[in-house]
Parts: sequence; C-alpha cells; structure tokens
Amino acid sequence: MDQITHAIPPHARTYRYDEVDRDFLAARIAEFRDQVARRLSGELTEDEFKPLRLMNGLYLQLHAYMLRVAIPYGVIDARQMRQLGVIARRWDRGFGHFTTRQNIQFNWTKLEDVIDMLQALADVDMHAIQTSGNCVRNVTTDEFAGAAKDEIVDPRVYAEILRQWSTLHPEFTYLPRKFKIAITGAPHDRAAIQVHDIGVTAKRNEAGTIGFEIWVGGGLGRTPIIGTKLFDFVPEADFLKTMEAVLRVYNALGQRDNIYKARIKILVRDLGDEFRRLVEEELAAMPAGRYRLEPGIVAAIRAHFAPPPFADLQDDPPRYRRALEADAAFAAWARNSTHPHSAPGYVSVVVSLKPIGGIPGDASADQMEAIAELAETFSFGEIRVSHVQNLVLPHVRQEDLHALWKGLRQHGLATPNVGLISDIIACPGMDYCALATARSIPVAQRISERFASLDRQLDIGTLHVNISGCINACGHHHVGHIGLLGVDKRGEEVYQITLGGSATNDATIGELIGPAFSYDSVVDAVETLVRTYVAHREPGELFKDTYRRIGPAPFKEALYAPA
Amino acid sequence: MPLLDGGALRPDPFATIGDDDALPEGAALVSLARLTRDGEALAGRNAPLGVALPPDAHPDTLRPWLPRLALVALSLPKHRDGRAFTQARALREYHGYTGEIRATGHVIPDQYAALLRCGVSSIEVPADTDARTWTRMRDIIPLAYQPSQSGDGPPDLLRRRVGLRG
Repeated sequence: MDQITHAIPPHARTYRYDEVDRDFLAARIAEFRDQVARRLSGELTEDEFKPLRLMNGLYLQLHAYMLRVAIPYGVIDARQMRQLGVIARRWDRGFGHFTTRQNIQFNWTKLEDVIDMLQALADVDMHAIQTSGNCVRNVTTDEFAGAAKDEIVDPRVYAEILRQWSTLHPEFTYLPRKFKIAITGAPHDRAAIQVHDIGVTAKRNEAGTIGFEIWVGGGLGRTPIIGTKLFDFVPEADFLKTMEAVLRVYNALGQRDNIYKARIKILVRDLGDEFRRLVEEELAAMPAGRYRLEPGIVAAIRAHFAPPPFADLQDDPPRYRRALEADAAFAAWARNSTHPHSAPGYVSVVVSLKPIGGIPGDASADQMEAIAELAETFSFGEIRVSHVQNLVLPHVRQEDLHALWKGLRQHGLATPNVGLISDIIACPGMDYCALATARSIPVAQRISERFASLDRQLDIGTLHVNISGCINACGHHHVGHIGLLGVDKRGEEVYQITLGGSATNDATIGELIGPAFSYDSVVDAVETLVRTYVAHREPGELFKDTYRRIGPAPFKEALYAPA
Repeated sequence: MPLLDGGALRPDPFATIGDDDALPEGAALVSLARLTRDGEALAGRNAPLGVALPPDAHPDTLRPWLPRLALVALSLPKHRDGRAFTQARALREYHGYTGEIRATGHVIPDQYAALLRCGVSSIEVPADTDARTWTRMRDIIPLAYQPSQSGDGPPDLLRRRVGLRG
C-alpha cells in the first residue's frame, strides 16, 4: 500500500481525500470534458454518449438536465453541505432535492454549466460518479451509522471500501442494469437491505469477529422481490471477493435483451440455488489472496471514521428535562425527531424535510447553509442524508436540543412529523421525471395538508406513506405501510393502493387492495384507510401489523362498499 | 479492419474463415462452432490459430484449446454490452491465457483503458480511426482503485497507481 501522505485528523467527519483521490477526481472531470467536446463535435453519437454522461450523474429529464450528486452512504460534513447550497444558488433555482438513495439532485441544470458544477463539487471532495448508469451506484446505509445505540459494526467503514472498490471498476461498468448495494451494521435494519441488489448486514460472531450476512436479488421496480440470503457470515477478508463473485456471475449471465428483466433479482429468481453454486464456483476459481481485504486497509479506512470527541455526559440532563416540561411544542418535536445514541447524554436528531404542503426532500440553499451552521455548532460538523429524504445531525447533546430546535425552527426545519403520516417518501413524478406516468409531489402535498394537525398525526402514530409516479417505483411504494402508485389510465392519472409493505427486518411487498382511485379521490381513500386502521388497531400496533392481523377485508370494505 | 495495439494501428494478420471455407496457409480466425467441430485438425496446423468467442459463451469452453490459441476475439454487440470484460478477465485470471485477446464490435475510445485492465490486448477498429483519441482517453485517468490484469503487481485494492500502457 502506498504511504498515506496526509494526516487524518482525529475526527475526520467524512472519508478524507488525499492527493491520489483528488488527482483521480480531477482526471475524471478532464475525461468528461473531453467526452462532452466529442459529443458536440459529433465524434460520439448520442447513443454512445448517454451511458458516459449517466455515469457522471447527468440525466435528461422532462424540462431540463438533472445532475445527481453522490453523497456516499449519506455522509456529508458542514463544509460540503455549504457548498451544495452555493451550487443550488448559482447553478440551480436555489434548491436541491435529497433522494431515497441518500443523494442530492439539482433539477434545473444547464449542460454548459455541468463541468463548472463538477469542479465546484471536487473543490470539497465530492462528485457525481456512478449516480446513474448500468454500474454499481452509490452505496447506501443506516442514517444513524456511527451513532446508533444498537450499532454492532460501523457500516461506513465498509461502505467506503465498497465505494472505492466500485469506482470505475473496469469489469463492472457496463452491467446489464444498475446495481444497488445497501449495508447496515445494526440488528434493526434501517437501510432496507432486503430490497437491494446486494444487501449486507455487518455483524460479529460469538468471538467478536466481524463478518457479513449477504443478501442478493432484492429490489422494487416493476417486479418487486424480497432478497435471498446468500451467505450467513462471510469473513471480513472475503468481503470484496464475495462482491466480485456476485457481480461476475451477474455480468456474464444477467439478461441484456429486455430492460425489464435485466436486474439481478430476475437472474437470482430464475436460477434459484444454481445462483449460489455459480457464486461459489467463482470464489473457488479466484487466485488466493488477490481479492483479500487486508486488515491494514480496513484499519486505514476506519481511522477516517473515528468518533468525535464526546464529552462525558449523563442521559436526561436537567436542562433538557426542564425544557421538555416548559415547552410543549419542543417536547412534541423532540419526541419524534430524536434517536438513541451510543454515547450517554447525546442523541441523533432527524431534521424533517417534509414541511406540511412542501415537496418531500427539497431544501433551499438558505436551509442547507443553516443546517451546515447548526451541524458545526451542535453536531461536530457531521450531517447525514436519510433514505426517507430527511437529514440527520448524528451527535447532538441532549442539553443542546432546545437551542438546536429554536435554530431549526427559524429556517422552517423543525416540522415535528418524523415517522408520522406526513413524513412521506415521494419520487419527483411527472413534475420533473420523463418516465413518470402520474404526479407524486402534489399527492404528497395534499395528504400532508389533510393530516396537518399534529395532534391527529400523533394519535395516528408511526405510519409510512410512500408514493411513486410510475411503475419503476422510485418512491418505494411497495414497502410503504400505505403505498400509492400513480399510473396513466386512458389519459387519466389514477393511483393504485398497496397495503402492509415494509422495508425493514420484516421486509414485505405491500398487497394491492383493489381498483385504483382518481387524483381527486386518492386523499379521501388514504383518510378512509387511516380511520379503518385506528378503529381496529391494538395499543401500540403499527398500520402494517394491524393489516397483517386483520387482513385486507375491513380495508376493502371501507374503501369500496357503496356509501 | 485494422487493429489498435499498444496505442498504434497495425494490420490484422488473421484471416477470418467461414465455417465451411477452406483453411488458408497463414493465421486463421475461426468460429467457436468450427473450433469445436474441427479442433484437432485446426490445432495440428503450423500457423497461428484464433477463435471468436461469442458473448454468451463461457470462457471455460475454450479450455482444451487454450494452449494452442494465439488469439481469442471477444465481441461487444453494442458498446453497452459488457460481457467481454468478464470473459477477458476470466481468460487471464482463471485460465492463465497469455495470447492476444481482441475486442471486436462496437467499442469506443472511452472503454479502452477498462478493456486493457481486464486483460484485452487489441481492439478491432474502423480504418479511419484516429489512434490519438484512443491513447488520449486511455491515459486520461492514470489512477485506479482496483487490481488490473495487465501485470501491475500484487493488489492493494484501494490505493494503486498504474501505468496503462497497452
């Protein structure tokens, strides 16, 4: 291994680039500049150029180009967030859109600005590499990684190793279709690993040794499939080797003649046990040692993710308790927006990007800058993007929560709805996307307005509503407790409803409840479903669990019985 | 069509022979079907032998003939079809094949470096090809995070500097 020529600070916040990483990014931009020039001169056809621009994050949408910027495994620091604000203001319309894959999209990009935008990203060690295209995409993980009380292994270390391994991988850049990997290091899966092409749970055996449970062939889209467990405990040394083996089988055998059957989930489904045998054959054929993940490499990467210098604190400090008692609005926010932390006296805070009537996942440049500022004051400069399109300040002192809340409130960032019915996942839908067959955002806005009352939302409790504007399922409707899929029916937008989905440990594809609802009536239908749930639930029971217990009949009857 | 080899164009010494054509005196490139049918006779000739491996064929198919093969020609039916990358890597890594591996079909200069890293040695290109574009794109990112089949020492996977001289 080359000597690491720069010092990593004791608390790096993100993976810290060195000269090699920076040289690589600069070269990548030079390459794309050359490709754009050859496209403009006609040397490259549009068909040839398309995968090249996609692998640099550049999509052509309905009204404009969209640049999708990678936020590796959702981890970003205050300096980088501030730069995203600068980019939003200078080259977009003052906004950015955080996505379910923990990335950010700029929806109003001009082709002539792209190189400057990539340069501005590179200035803060960011890029748009492989945020699209038929390659290994941004690896996603638990938004509480490195902070959660229940965490066994910090997944960021292995997510970064995967990022480097997959970056311009010479063999896996022209795959049959896109390839998404998610990794968690906690027993409670917050990364939806069973609905990814590869899902990984990092864990420890009885001896405390780190290993990996590997799932394969999950996914949503038009053929939703829950993944299959391939291996129960892959040793750390064989981690990348196993990834290589799965990708080799997929690249050789995945379907290429039908885009709708090209994901690995179809191959795994069709091959059954034969898929595992083929992977094992690859593993056996690999030269010993060549793909071994050396402990020294892991240690070098782990150094980038050292914890911040936590103070020696106690849980529930008096200042926090007094604020909770004195300020009901703060208490309501704190109850829903905090997540248990491994360090006493700290919590992780979820910052809702779902204001009532707003666009799920949108943040203004001002808000990005405000969050950067608050992260520096209250969270050691660390920020995460969650796969439900919110932001997270991972390390906040409980005694600072009231002050943080006041700061967030000034910028419209303290909506107390995290995990509640108005915390909706929605794809961009027909407002932006060229593939969409229906609108998603306005449906999300109308549902959130219908349930605007916080008291009512709290009474309903945790409830996940996910909305997709076409069958490609970017809004993850299959795994929402209530999922809405907008489709075009003879020129009219209608919404199919699926119930009982889940993306966590009990991953389940929701079931279609019956005929679709019109754009105008779909919010009433959601209201009816919620009322039916509230009438039937047992104390503490989530929507999906009530649905599983009582079945579809009561919901169906409430929705479709003649008035 | 000429070949791009080491960043420069050279003529193709192999004649492509149809499945029922008579064999020439010199270097011959045959289909996998013909190799399978006439393998013994082909291998007995005193001239370089090459085979075109279709994208859906497993490189293991060539195992009995590899020691006798001077050329394996892989094919990209469209430049987006990346199966040849895996075939090339398998020929080098699993089979220790050291002869020429040629990429044919729809290949663009932006794929040159990755093909070399997977073990491809030459590219079949149109006659009017400007080799300078290919070498420029080959060299434009002189860094990689993965091991290569082009003989650059033991892998450290995550931090490598490589010279991509084809």
